Amino acid sequence: MSNLAELLPALLIAAPILLATVPIVLGLRFDRTGWSVAAITTTALFAATAYLAAAVYETGRVVHVLGGWGEPQGIGIELVADEFSVLIALLVTVTAAAVLAYTRTGGPRGNTFYTGYLLLVGGLLGLSMTGDVFNMFVFLEIVGLATYAMIASGDGPESAVAALKYLILGTLGASMYLIGVGFLFMATGALNMDVLGEAIPQIADNGGSDLTLLRAAFAFIFVGFALKVAQWPLHSWQPDAYQHAPDGVTPVIAALVSTVSAYALGRIMYNVFGPEFLTATPYLTEIVVTVGAVSVLAGSTLAVIQRDVKRMFAYSSVSQFGLIVVAYGLVTQTAFVGAVIHLIGHGVIKAGLFIGAGVVAVGYGARTVDEYAGLASNRPFAAGSIALLLIALIGIPPSAGFIGKWYIAVGAVEAELWPIAIVIFLSTMLTLAYSARLLEKMYFTPATGVDSPHPAGVATDGGRAGAVSIGMLGILIVTAIVAIGLGFAGGAFFEWLEPFTSEVFN
Amino acid sequence: MIDAAVDVLTTRYAYALMFVVMGIGMYMMIANENLVKKLIGVNLFQTAIFLFFVAVAYVEGGDAPIVPADPNPGELAMASPLPHVIVLTAIVVGIALTAVGLALLVRIYAEYGTLREDTLREVRADE
Repeated sequence: MSNLAELLPALLIAAPILLATVPIVLGLRFDRTGWSVAAITTTALFAATAYLAAAVYETGRVVHVLGGWGEPQGIGIELVADEFSVLIALLVTVTAAAVLAYTRTGGPRGNTFYTGYLLLVGGLLGLSMTGDVFNMFVFLEIVGLATYAMIASGDGPESAVAALKYLILGTLGASMYLIGVGFLFMATGALNMDVLGEAIPQIADNGGSDLTLLRAAFAFIFVGFALKVAQWPLHSWQPDAYQHAPDGVTPVIAALVSTVSAYALGRIMYNVFGPEFLTATPYLTEIVVTVGAVSVLAGSTLAVIQRDVKRMFAYSSVSQFGLIVVAYGLVTQTAFVGAVIHLIGHGVIKAGLFIGAGVVAVGYGARTVDEYAGLASNRPFAAGSIALLLIALIGIPPSAGFIGKWYIAVGAVEAELWPIAIVIFLSTMLTLAYSARLLEKMYFTPATGVDSPHPAGVATDGGRAGAVSIGMLGILIVTAIVAIGLGFAGGAFFEWLEPFTSEVFN
Repeated sequence: MIDAAVDVLTTRYAYALMFVVMGIGMYMMIANENLVKKLIGVNLFQTAIFLFFVAVAYVEGGDAPIVPADPNPGELAMASPLPHVIVLTAIVVGIALTAVGLALLVRIYAEYGTLREDTLREVRADE
């Protein structure tokens, strides 16, 4: 048991990256093998992650030291599976396996696409497992590279422009993070997160020039992640990227890429710098909370005025991640659990909403809010699922969106930051505003006879005419049910994270 | 004040230089209309960070970090090898990024027939 569990963190990362070459090799002889390879791999990865989660539940954190290089100074690279990282790894593998049900007929096709898909999954799992700050940079870039390639795999010329914009800004973000790692290394001489986590409080006590280095390191790392997570005003790449990526790619990217970056930010803030450093540094929490709060308001306000549905959901992501950054800045246990729940819940909800947008675009030919008119009578299941997901996004209980926001709001009250509680309330109102626009169009506006500019059935990536397969619709309905079902799991999340949070906050 | 500034510049000029190069790279990335030059700006920015890491590793009076075969070499003053290894890895990552970026540029040029951002904006607005 324990031997296998100790090997799993390394295998979870190595297996998808190595298997990513298989679709290309098989592609030399056979035409459509990529999907099967990806499906088998992601399902196996999910099983392995579930096994690892069981091991973590029984024995606490599982650490794999790469190459057996267990240097005490914290130079060897460790992969860490604890309650926090396993939860994110589960989200990654489940979503990666589930979205394949959409891409089977929804496209994009081709063996090389699935190579990129597996590389992305491997990078994301690496990002969630790594226990080394420089290794985290490498995985950030692997995730980035795979994402740029997958966004550019859309047929329209716009997708290449969107991907280039993301590439330039994403590289800037990762480079900022790397500068921060350089400062951390100058101050402590270590790269391992545990060693850093022990060294930083001592340096903070001693003060002096090393403390200045630490503060500069935090500033660079935070700005880098603000770019990767798409916080206002560094969000400008995200709407373009989400809108122009192929319909089958957006669910994965929207549900996972920013989510895992936000997880990495949380890991750095709480495991490396630690709550003491965060609260002791003047203006630090204030700045983090302000950035998050402004993103919440700006993101949802911009979402209200969008006409394109995918673009609207993209701006909605800016505001939901704003909530998570706010929760990080509150530095209380409740708010942190809320942030984790919201990471998972938002991932599931956004995956579902973008799958829904893809299903509607392929089957009904609608891409803008106005074109969604009359969807409920023509496509009752798709409309119903999207409605449920929107309700979960607004945060009407019981749903995944509700418990996340609830814990964050309670955390804000515990930290006695009343303005933040008001911001959370306002964000719910604004989410309601843009969701209600869509709900009203779907259920209460009759379909107009005007020909839509996007004829039904012609997906930009060449999907079959009007082909919404059972898998595509099925996964949409399942995601909607999961998004509601997670609403009953708040207490379970809190208990599951208890060992991690009690160690961090004491 | 001036003395302190001069002191910093004479002893820490490598760091100052790196941040100047970084600034130039970032300015190119933001202000240049040509997309290829934007990508060169990204590269310059990254290269400045690599040089910064190499400068961090330097130990005054230290040699290149190659440990002699002698089993008991005694006291050795050497530059830290770890940042060098980091830079090697980061260079590989940078090359991959440049390759993907250039591939995207080729595609943009094939679709729109231009590599200038302002022209690109006009072409896209017309569509």
